[in-house]
Amino acid sequence: MGGYYHSVTLDKDKCKGCTNCIKRCPTEAIRVREGKARIIAERCIDCGECIRVCPYHAKIAVTDPLSSIYKFTYRIALPAPALYGQFKDVSDIDYILSALKSLGFNHVYEVAKGADYNTAFVKEWLKNKGIKKPQISSACPAIVRLIQVRFPELIENIVPIESPMEIAAQLARQEFYQKFGAREEDIGVFFITPCAAKMTSIKKPIGKEKSTVDGAISILDIYGALNSKIGDLQEIEGLQRASAYGVGWANSSGECAALSVERYLAVDGIQNVIHVLEEIENNKFPDLDFFEGLACVGGCVGGPLTFENGFVAKNRIKTLTDEMDKYSLTQNEFNAAKNSIRWEFTEDIQPKPVMKLDDDLTLAVQKMEKMERIFNSLPGLDCGSCGSPNCRTLAEDIVQGEASELDCVFKLRERVKELAEEMIELAEKIPTGRHGEDDSK
Amino acid sequence: MKRYIMEHTYSIEAGNYAVAGEASSSIKGLLKKLGIDGGIVRRMAIAAYEAEMNLVIHSVGGSLTIKIAPDELLLISEDGGPGIADIDLAMEEGYSTAPEEAREMGFGAGMGLSNMKRCADEFNIHSDAGIGTKLQIKIYLK
Ligand SMILES: Nc1ncnc2c1ncn2[C@@H]1O[C@H](COP(=O)(O)OP(=O)(O)O)[C@@H](O)[C@H]1O
Ligand code: SF4
Ligand SMILES: [Mg+2]
Repeated sequence: MGGYYHSVTLDKDKCKGCTNCIKRCPTEAIRVREGKARIIAERCIDCGECIRVCPYHAKIAVTDPLSSIYKFTYRIALPAPALYGQFKDVSDIDYILSALKSLGFNHVYEVAKGADYNTAFVKEWLKNKGIKKPQISSACPAIVRLIQVRFPELIENIVPIESPMEIAAQLARQEFYQKFGAREEDIGVFFITPCAAKMTSIKKPIGKEKSTVDGAISILDIYGALNSKIGDLQEIEGLQRASAYGVGWANSSGECAALSVERYLAVDGIQNVIHVLEEIENNKFPDLDFFEGLACVGGCVGGPLTFENGFVAKNRIKTLTDEMDKYSLTQNEFNAAKNSIRWEFTEDIQPKPVMKLDDDLTLAVQKMEKMERIFNSLPGLDCGSCGSPNCRTLAEDIVQGEASELDCVFKLRERVKELAEEMIELAEKIPTGRHGEDDSK
Repeated sequence: MKRYIMEHTYSIEAGNYAVAGEASSSIKGLLKKLGIDGGIVRRMAIAAYEAEMNLVIHSVGGSLTIKIAPDELLLISEDGGPGIADIDLAMEEGYSTAPEEAREMGFGAGMGLSNMKRCADEFNIHSDAGIGTKLQIKIYLK
């Protein structure tokens, strides 16, 4: 499928053209041009770093409004486990799920339950001989996209198993159909999302052609309504059935804990993940079996569309799961799902080497040399005033014809000084007396 | 003579662990920017890292050069001593003369040279005891 879709977008009116986002973007996907930020669609991975860092709230995540669920006769909510960490003094997950249902849904199916299934499938997958080590979790779509853009040689290491959200969506539909016999097209399935990356993975899925999920509603958008509903619930329905492990996915290293692999590494925060992927690429982890990298600090509890402070939420998840049973999926549940849903990726993940200078090596080398020359002539302050994240990237943008040397304020100052000096020089050459009189005397 | 369209040399200081690995990481970045195939970048990055670490750990200092032609990459590691007396022995997996200081940091598994050879399409090592070592790693692009 061609074209790009991104949940992360710019609110132009709010953008002041500062340098915060361009400096923070892990794929150098943002420039400030003509006083406004511009996101380069090919490079954006929807990690949401810019949403977090923008002081003017000019970076936003486009998600679906709650009202959009009424396009469907029947509506199912799929809450991300991170939702459970958002509320103060709630010791029973059923309160949250019942309140969520009362916002207009006919059914609620926990993504944490999808995570229980995902774990069972991944455990099976890891038994395969001949798979590349370490296997890299595909749970965080921002990290999968990061790998496509910056570490294409690690694509083969990505676990090709459907995400908890996609598994939950299929099972929820199935269950609803069996119970009520509703037609497929009348059922709308909505993910309650902590991030933009998941929204994008619904519109532009990775590893499959079309998502089973119909839309995503931001946790932030419904937090207020949910919180007050929890306060005055009429009845509490028993909707909670995921294991402590499934719920634990909300926090960093939750996936690893559920898998109980021996040699694993779990890292959160996109910059940290980048450092580790560099080292994996350099073969620095020859004994590692599994790597879980999550873009957000703390894991999904730290997602850009959550309400609560990520550390507070993380702690709540821990308290909740400490008191829950540590049972896992039954063999029956597993077998039934295995035969009735699609749990493996059906499409290969494609590399997106958009950071390269040119498709043609000779041209790329020429550009690289030109870039070096330009870079050496720049002040090297990495101030970002030019609108590119650093001097090296400005040099690259110039070579690619997207910026000019005079975008650098120091270069501009130099040039103005030169021009001023030329003017003075010229001024000195202008004859002082009246025309024709100077030489005759 | 092969015509290289680009070459870049990094000088490597002996015993400076603080910056060790920077040259090979920069070579990796360079090859990625040039759009070289991912698998090849990875092989060259691993070979360059091993070569760089050997310069830091075992030599009195030297240089790492990457040369790029339309159909091949060539990595050259050169140093000013002390040289390797028995190359066959040095090439053996597990053989290492790494000093205590290096071992404390986790180096000295004795796998570096064999790893380089595995990554290379052509591998060449020449050494004169007391004079220095020159290593060439070639990877084909086509
Ligand atoms: N540039 C070099 N100069 C001198 N000796 C070297 C050099 N490179 C390798 N050697 C010798 O070869 C041995 C094996 O090297 P290598 O396979 O990289 O293992 P390691 O670096 O772990 O010792 C080293 O321990 C050292 O004795
Ligand atoms: S860590 Fe979780 S919340 Fe953050 S981008 Fe990844 S999937 Fe979304
Ligand atoms: Mg070595």
